[in-house]
This record gives sequence, structure tokens and C-alpha cells, in this order.
Amino acid sequence: MRDVAVIGVGLSEWGELWKRSLREIFVDAASAAIADAGVDRIDSMYVGCMSGGLFVGQEHLASLLSDYLGVASIPACRVESACASGGVAFRQGYIEVASGMNDVVLVGGVEKMTDVGGDGATYALATAADQEYEVYHGVTFPGLYAMMANEHMSRFGTTREQLAHVAVKNHRHGAMNPKAQYPFEVTVEGVLKSVLVADPLRILDCSPITDGAAAAVLCPLDMAKKLSKKPIVRVVGSGHSTDSIALHDREDLTELAATKRAAEKAYKMAEVGPAEISFAEVHDCFTIAEICVIEALGLVERGKGGTAAESGLTALGGRIPVNTSGGLKSKGHPVGCTGIAQIVELTEQLRGESGKRQVKGAKRGLAQNMGGTGGSTTVHILEVE
Amino acid sequence: MFPSRYWREIPQRYRLEAAKCTGCGKVSFPPRSKCPKCGGVEFDEARLPEKGVVKTFTIIRVAPSQFVEQAPYAVGIVELEGGVKITAQIVDCPLEDIKIGQKVRIEFRRLQEDGCSGVICYGYKCVPAL
Ligand SMILES: [Zn+2]
Repeated sequence: MRDVAVIGVGLSEWGELWKRSLREIFVDAASAAIADAGVDRIDSMYVGCMSGGLFVGQEHLASLLSDYLGVASIPACRVESACASGGVAFRQGYIEVASGMNDVVLVGGVEKMTDVGGDGATYALATAADQEYEVYHGVTFPGLYAMMANEHMSRFGTTREQLAHVAVKNHRHGAMNPKAQYPFEVTVEGVLKSVLVADPLRILDCSPITDGAAAAVLCPLDMAKKLSKKPIVRVVGSGHSTDSIALHDREDLTELAATKRAAEKAYKMAEVGPAEISFAEVHDCFTIAEICVIEALGLVERGKGGTAAESGLTALGGRIPVNTSGGLKSKGHPVGCTGIAQIVELTEQLRGESGKRQVKGAKRGLAQNMGGTGGSTTVHILEVE
Repeated sequence: MFPSRYWREIPQRYRLEAAKCTGCGKVSFPPRSKCPKCGGVEFDEARLPEKGVVKTFTIIRVAPSQFVEQAPYAVGIVELEGGVKITAQIVDCPLEDIKIGQKVRIEFRRLQEDGCSGVICYGYKCVPAL
């Protein structure tokens, strides 16, 4: 396998973009990544998207997006693994460059979620759970994570306030991110007074509905060293794992076994452990998710995730800053795009381009992206040369 | 909900039909072609036990359209005797009385009405057990 570098990254505008279409925001992000990379060609493309079909009535994104990006004729493929679509697309591109099959591969993610309204979005998102044995009974995605929260609280003593601290921290980070959809701070009281969605989760525990796209350009490390004037960001670890689609089919409801397995593979490949990670972007679709994920990644001990945000451990300036971009919570969560947007944040941090939210001395970053209640997970570790 | 999609799950929703692996004894609900524990492909017919305990639960306040008139309602993950876990609504008790560890049993109930195709959907729900 060849060593692979992330040579360029780009984001579209994020938010409720009534006037912009899926194809337009994708081309914005991809063009930004290509310009950032300084490459004059794309050999191949993977695009993560959870549900073009349900959100905008459009499938066959491989043809649509290669056409509108002006690269029709290259091999292209849409990748779907619910909210982990972006992370899986990144991994496919990584494998293609590492294998030697192609040199310059564009990996993107896009989701256009606001055309369908709240009920349509709830329906589309729920297809990431078991339609016949979970959704049929009236459970929603916030409901599934709420059940994880209740189990974590009853088993480990995690408190309602500790969940709120995750939102407070991520909004504090997001307020320093000009690309964030909700770049403002929230307070613990504000979270605790917000509308209940599925007990104990309130609306400010949930990531928003977002239109957005992100892209990255991958190439062999040797080529990156010749082409790029920026610090070289190398992919040093990649892990990917699946688990049961239904939460109730897991022996342990809050362990996130797929995240654990994907992380073990990525750490082993990178020859590092959790203690050697400088910062992480993780899948905080709900506040409880960040708590369970940092435990599964080994950044904190099992059952101790609740105190991490409150104590400042996972805040900027803490031992292991988590979600410096604002996370899904504040930056926004265009579902199939999120995994690539995490790679954008990692790359910018490692190059020292993150402005007010820069992690000092960022050497090695980790991105964890998951679909459903954890039925699909990717973990990637990136390092600056 | 497409009628054929609904119809296919009737043996599980109406009669709690499960499958017990002849190799390792693991009960799968719904039945599978391959045992997730040992990979075995031979099964005996089984029926889900009707008694269990609440492992975790939530109160759904913001509901999908076919459940809106029921909200707020409780949904839980219930571990049945023998270890199979299911997701089901917990009904017939005040929402504030529901607790993790509470004993429940399965009853057959009307679940949702689907506006588009007019299908009335039935299935299992859990009620408190003494
Ligand atoms: Zn078996």
C-alpha cells in the first residue's frame, strides 16, 4: 500500500440554503477542494450522500455530480452508509489511492435536507434505523439516542447537566467557526429549558437539519510533497466497522462496539494509542452520542464520558479537544456530508489554519463518523508531516 | 406503508413468531436464515416469551406523522425472558411511573394508522405486569 495525503479540502456554504441546489453546493465544495489542492485533474470520485432520493428526489449522483463538476467520464460512485456516508466515501478514496489504482481522487459528501420540511426529514433520517422493528413502533432518532442516554445515566450516573455541557462546549467552539450554521453560544440553563424532544433529550441536545457539502482531494504522499506548498497531511490510520442496525439487538446498548472496533484498527495502523491524539472530531448527532463515542475511542474511561465536557477535558485548551469545529451540534449536520467535513476540520487544524479555534501544536487528529445508532462507523487518523 | 410490506411481518407482529437455532439455542426475532451467534442454518419454530423487563425507555414528544395524535407516548427496549430484546411502546400506565427494571408483558394492540394507503397497523405493545 502507498502512503496517502490529503492535499486539498473545501466546504460549501452551510445552513438552510433555500436558493441553492444539491448539485450547486457540491460543486462549490469540490471546486474549493480542487483549488486548495492545486491539482489539474481528478482521476476518480466518491461522494457520500445518505438520501438524495428522499430529500430531493434525486438518485444517480455519480453521473449528476461528475457532470456538473465538469469531470464527466471519470469513474464516480455515490456511497451510502446513513450518516457515515461521508466517512465511508473517504475510506473508499483512501483505499483507491493506497492501492495504486488511481492517483488523484476526490472524496466528497453532500446532503440537501431542507426541501422536505421537518416531517419529511424525520422520515428520511428514520430509514437509518430498522423500519420494521424500531421505526414501526413509533421511535424516532432522538428517541433511540434518548434511550441510550437513559441507560448511560442509570448505569454510570451521568447527569442531565453533563449532557448539556456537551452542547455548551460545542457551541462555544462553533461560535469561533465562520462556517458554522449556529455560531452562537448556549448556556446550561438554556439547554435545560429548551423543548423536550424525547426524554431526557431536548432540542438543544440535537444536531440541526442542514444543507451542506464538503470535499477533499487525496493523492500519493510523494506526489503531495512535490505539488503542495502547504504542510503535508498524511492519512496514517483507517478503520471501518459495522454492527446490528437495531439498537435492541446489541448486547450493550451504550458501548458502540463498531466505533470501538474501527478505532482499534485505526490506532493499530497508525501505531499510536488514544493518548497520542492531539484533538478529535466526533459524531455528536446528540449530546449523549459524544459521551458514548469518546468512551468507545478510549479518550476517556468507560462510564466517565459524562464529566469530560464539564471539566474542560474535551474543550479547546483541554487535554483532548473534541469537536473544535463546533461539531454536528453547532456547525451543522448535513448527514451524508458530515464525515468529509470532519476531515476538512482535521486538515485545517493540522495545517494551522483554524484561526481562533486553532489547537496549539496539533500534530495528530482523529475523525469518527457514525451512521444510525452506531451500525456503521469509520475512524480516521491524520498526521502532519 | 405498502400493504405487502406490512403483510410480510404479520407472523411476527400478530403471533410473535421467532426462530430458535438448533445448534446453539439462540432465539432470533424476527427469524433469520443464518444464526447471528453460531452461523447455523437450522431452526426450530419458537414463540417470543410475553414477559420481560424495561432495559431503557424514552417519552416521544415530537412524533412522526402517523403517531402525532398519540404523543406524548413511551417507547422502550424490553428484554424478554430468555434474553431477546425488542423495541415497543409501553402503554396503560402514567408516563411518569415508567422505570428502568420495571416488569412488563406483551399485548396485541392497534399501533398506527397510515394516512396515505389507509392501512391500519397492529402489533405488540408492552403493559405493566404485576
Ligand atoms: Zn446458533
